[in-house]
Amino acid sequence: MTRARGSLGIRWLAAVSLLLAMMLRILPLPSSLATFNPDWVLLFLISWVLSTPGHIGLATAWIVGLFTDVLTARTLGQHALAYTAVIYVCQRIQPRLRFYPLVQQSLLVALLLSVSRFLVFWTQNGRGPEITDNAYWLPIVSGLLAWPLVQNSLDLLRRRFGAH
Amino acid sequence: MLVLAACVLLVAERKGLAVPFRSALTSLVYPVQQAVSVPTRLVSSAREAFSSYADLFAENQRLRDEELILKTRLMKFATLEQENIRLRGLLETSFKVGEQMQIAEVLSVNLFPFEQVLVVNKGARFGAHVSQPVFGATGVVGQIVRVSPVSAEVLLITDSNHGIPVQVNRNGLRTVAVGTGQLDQLALPYLSGSADIQPGDLLVTSGMGGIFPPGYPVATVTDIAAQGSPFAKVVATPVARLDRLREVLLVWSKADPVPRVPEPPSAALGGAMHTEASAANSHDTRTR
Repeated sequence: MTRARGSLGIRWLAAVSLLLAMMLRILPLPSSLATFNPDWVLLFLISWVLSTPGHIGLATAWIVGLFTDVLTARTLGQHALAYTAVIYVCQRIQPRLRFYPLVQQSLLVALLLSVSRFLVFWTQNGRGPEITDNAYWLPIVSGLLAWPLVQNSLDLLRRRFGAH
Repeated sequence: MLVLAACVLLVAERKGLAVPFRSALTSLVYPVQQAVSVPTRLVSSAREAFSSYADLFAENQRLRDEELILKTRLMKFATLEQENIRLRGLLETSFKVGEQMQIAEVLSVNLFPFEQVLVVNKGARFGAHVSQPVFGATGVVGQIVRVSPVSAEVLLITDSNHGIPVQVNRNGLRTVAVGTGQLDQLALPYLSGSADIQPGDLLVTSGMGGIFPPGYPVATVTDIAAQGSPFAKVVATPVARLDRLREVLLVWSKADPVPRVPEPPSAALGGAMHTEASAANSHDTRTR
């Protein structure tokens, strides 16, 4: 019974944290900082998959991706596709990735971020004249730096809500 | 399977099939966008609330002066407009004058760093539609690319995917101003090296393309390089302050051209009113 209650709390926590991530994603930063704004939504999703693989699945990733598409005015399905692919890979390597030291983990997460970024870039390019700026890839670097922060703070919250 | 679904969506959207689905989703995320833009709005309203009496008085005074000047100018404008219509009537050409406008508030959200897209808080419920022109107080801002019932996405004229047909106000030279991706720059790539254009020239909308009504200021020419080569490299700065927009005007062009013989004013007023927008609210301002 306690397990059921805990699981409900965790679901709420996941929903609220993903909402927060979406808000961070469209935060009105000055344009010099905005190019550094990492893909918070994907970072949060990966963090959830790593720690509580049962709660966040491919369907959630797809729906969250769809919302991100609408939120950032992309063609519908760009982020949905990218997030689903990344989360699939993430689920496959989760048992190993979870116990990696933080530095190694961050590097792999950066790799996942760049896969997603590339998928968005690639689906974008079908649409018209496009981003050719190298700054497009900067959020991967900032994502790499933000990962320990995201993972640790979410872990702290999850422990408080009794996940493990 | 989900990947397949995403691919299907991508194709569907490109073919324009997913519009109702998209607008429903956009309405769903609208609260998130609102929530993000609340802090910025709070700060500015707090600044207004705590500004001193003297400041407000000074601002009020300034606005009064400005209003007086504008009204005087407008007085002349009305006669000029009538004269213009009459003369065009003599020349047997019809001409569209007068647009209907509505104020929309800009939500301070940052959608995507490499695109210049604004979100405004008026959507299809207020009669906004795709490819509707959007103006600021001083000049052209952009056009609507997507609408949902409660909000709309505005592509700025400086986005690198945007081009706007303009003409030089001084001599009527027509060209296209394309966005550069920087908020303070437009480029005019289709001008020959010998074109009659100089720094300081005002570019106004030419009305070609049928999206933007003619005669509204777009940008001023700031820099011309490589005169004498086959193509001139002309750079212009938008007249509207695109980096600090808080309110914009959605514009409805009047569908029917002004008749050659001016109608009595009451009939003209009734016929010209845009039906959807007139149902909207008291923000309507008509310029004629």
